[in-house]
Amino acid sequence: MPHKTFFAFILPSLIAMALFIALPIVSVVVQSFHVEHGRILVEVESCQPFGGCTKETRVDTAAMSELKAAQPMGQFNGFGTYLNRGHLAVNEIGAILANNNGFGDIVTRIYNLPFYKALSFTLVFCFVVTPLAMALGFAIALAVNTLPKVTKGPVIFFSLLPMIITPLIGSLILYWMIQPNGIIGATLRHVFNDPTLSLRQSPALTWFSLLFYGVWTNAPFSFVVFYAGLQTVPADTLESAMIDGASRWERIRYIVIPHLAPLATFVALVQLMDNFRVFEPIVGFSAEANATSLSWMIFNDLAGDAQLFGSAGATSVLTIIGVVILLTPVLIRTWREFNHKVV
Amino acid sequence: MKPFFMLAVSTVALALGAGAAYAECGIEAGSVRILSNDFEALRLVNTTAEECASDSVTVTANATAEHKNLQVPALSINPAEYTVAVVANNSIVPLMNDDLIRPLDDLVAEYGASLQPNQLIKIDGKTMAVAFMGNAQHLFYRKDILDKAGIAEPKSYEDILAAAEKIKADGLMEYPLAASDKPGWDLAAEFVNAYLGTGGEFFAPGSAELAIDNENGMKVLETMKALTAYMDPDYLTFDANGIQAEYKAGKVAMMVQWGSLAGDMLKGEGAAEGVVENTVMAGAPTIGGGTVPAVALWWDGFTIAKNISDEDAAASFQAMVHGISPEMVAANPTVATWLVSGYEPGPNAVGVIATANAGARAYPMQPYMGLLHTALSSELAEYMAGKEDATQALADVKAAYDTAAKEGGYL
Repeated sequence: MPHKTFFAFILPSLIAMALFIALPIVSVVVQSFHVEHGRILVEVESCQPFGGCTKETRVDTAAMSELKAAQPMGQFNGFGTYLNRGHLAVNEIGAILANNNGFGDIVTRIYNLPFYKALSFTLVFCFVVTPLAMALGFAIALAVNTLPKVTKGPVIFFSLLPMIITPLIGSLILYWMIQPNGIIGATLRHVFNDPTLSLRQSPALTWFSLLFYGVWTNAPFSFVVFYAGLQTVPADTLESAMIDGASRWERIRYIVIPHLAPLATFVALVQLMDNFRVFEPIVGFSAEANATSLSWMIFNDLAGDAQLFGSAGATSVLTIIGVVILLTPVLIRTWREFNHKVV
Repeated sequence: MKPFFMLAVSTVALALGAGAAYAECGIEAGSVRILSNDFEALRLVNTTAEECASDSVTVTANATAEHKNLQVPALSINPAEYTVAVVANNSIVPLMNDDLIRPLDDLVAEYGASLQPNQLIKIDGKTMAVAFMGNAQHLFYRKDILDKAGIAEPKSYEDILAAAEKIKADGLMEYPLAASDKPGWDLAAEFVNAYLGTGGEFFAPGSAELAIDNENGMKVLETMKALTAYMDPDYLTFDANGIQAEYKAGKVAMMVQWGSLAGDMLKGEGAAEGVVENTVMAGAPTIGGGTVPAVALWWDGFTIAKNISDEDAAASFQAMVHGISPEMVAANPTVATWLVSGYEPGPNAVGVIATANAGARAYPMQPYMGLLHTALSSELAEYMAGKEDATQALADVKAAYDTAAKEGGYL
């Protein structure tokens, strides 16, 4: 196809991508370099139904609107927001490294910083859920593939349910089930014979529940893709392997898995990206005390009485950088394979 | 018997409502667009204001829990999306900070004959909002359980701790206490409540410099932690609705709960047997030998947007004055603790009024209070979970607040 025709073909998508993906990202980056103007405060008297009149501090709105008209974006802060305690916490980490009581102390104190706390859970979620969900999805795909035709439809439908349910609703359902009077919570108490057992109280058990939820909700995607992939495994090869006396496991190990490897790369890529922005289960499980994620931090900055757009912007940019770092190895591999094929 | 009674009540309510529908609001023309939080009392005010609709007057209301996120952008545009924003102590602050609401003195003089002087929220001498209901957290307790343990009504958090110990020791209840300690808005509100009870100030006078890093702050944190020893181990996942359900299930003997949920408690929908009849509403407890109740007082009121025509502003003000009229309050005395003239407090309001009379302080209205609330909401969780000590928790709150306040331009 001539370059000109190709360009004409993709121009509409390019425009849409620039408008709806590139521009918003640029605006987030610009936002993250700015903070609010210094507020001009005045003392005024305020009277309320209770407690009568008191002297209170107010923002001088007239003076502020002049400042805003002059510089609508607010003050330029450079990388200040990125480096402050709410994000990379450069000074705090420096202080911790300079003065501490050994490795354990360093880890505890860095974990106490909000960004690193969120990052640790986000990474653990990514690297535990992605492989487990893929393995589970693959296992379901293999099982469904051997079912007789009549039962395949209903079984596939039920296997897809976790993906069909809205994530927030799905996590709420599981959350109610693990409550002490929910079906899972009550059963666990009975099985372990421990009336105080609660999956919500300790950080370890909360993390376990969140990871369990992650695997449950992510497995169907892997299942669908792998199931489609299984239909393309060459029957001739499988049959000749059977004639050669290969067991079912050997056929899976030496024929099916290598055949599906490129698909697995694709699934891993999508799942890693998905899991890096984990958010709904934290809200659904009311797990803020024990687990936070980068997306939850953005939500927290924007949801309070006072909204911090610069801070939310900086966390967003750091999330994008995180996704890029995570995906680099997979992308490099795909690129190499692509080049290999072309040559 | 009960369904018949309900039917009778609703018939009376309908008759009253129908009567009020013909009420003359005296509005000639204009558009009234109300934005409010979503709970029963506000929905009632909204529907009463909607009675003012006529051929030349349109009245619409949007009651949503997301009102805080909507109000600033919605009132910033010109003309504003809403002409009326129903606010509370904390949600009026963002509107004031961005100069989005208008002074109401002229409107009060012209149309506000039915308002009482203490309903007017005056800032810098100008009336910026008209309050119509009060709210506060206060003590709900189970008289039967306390009687069995031989304990009088607790007046302070120290009394509550002693009572909880006794109830637990006597084997009457395993987890006699509950509090809305869910990290987020609720947990921060618990801290603010108790800190107000110590008499301390949150900020250094006249500046945004945080001043909670003192013995009052330590005392508050210690008390909050001590209470959790008598709570369900899942206490960090309970918000106000959560503890309401636990209490109704008969699992809790004492809790400091919202006055606005007292009506729901007295209705007793879904409550276990014996809970409602034995529940007593009392004033909020004090802390550390202080005399001030350790809770914040709240008011709900309405404000009128700045970026609208004077005609719409006058129409909106009149419709809202009709919405909070003494007639509406007389017909619905149990829905809220009204601040409107002629209101006779019902059993649901006892706790709030006792708390207000004992001299509880209002939730602070400083422009940077929201930032402190957010800092508290995320930084206290680890302390409450027992993962760090009180000194560290206060230091974390200060660090998080300082970071946010610098970004917000206050420091």
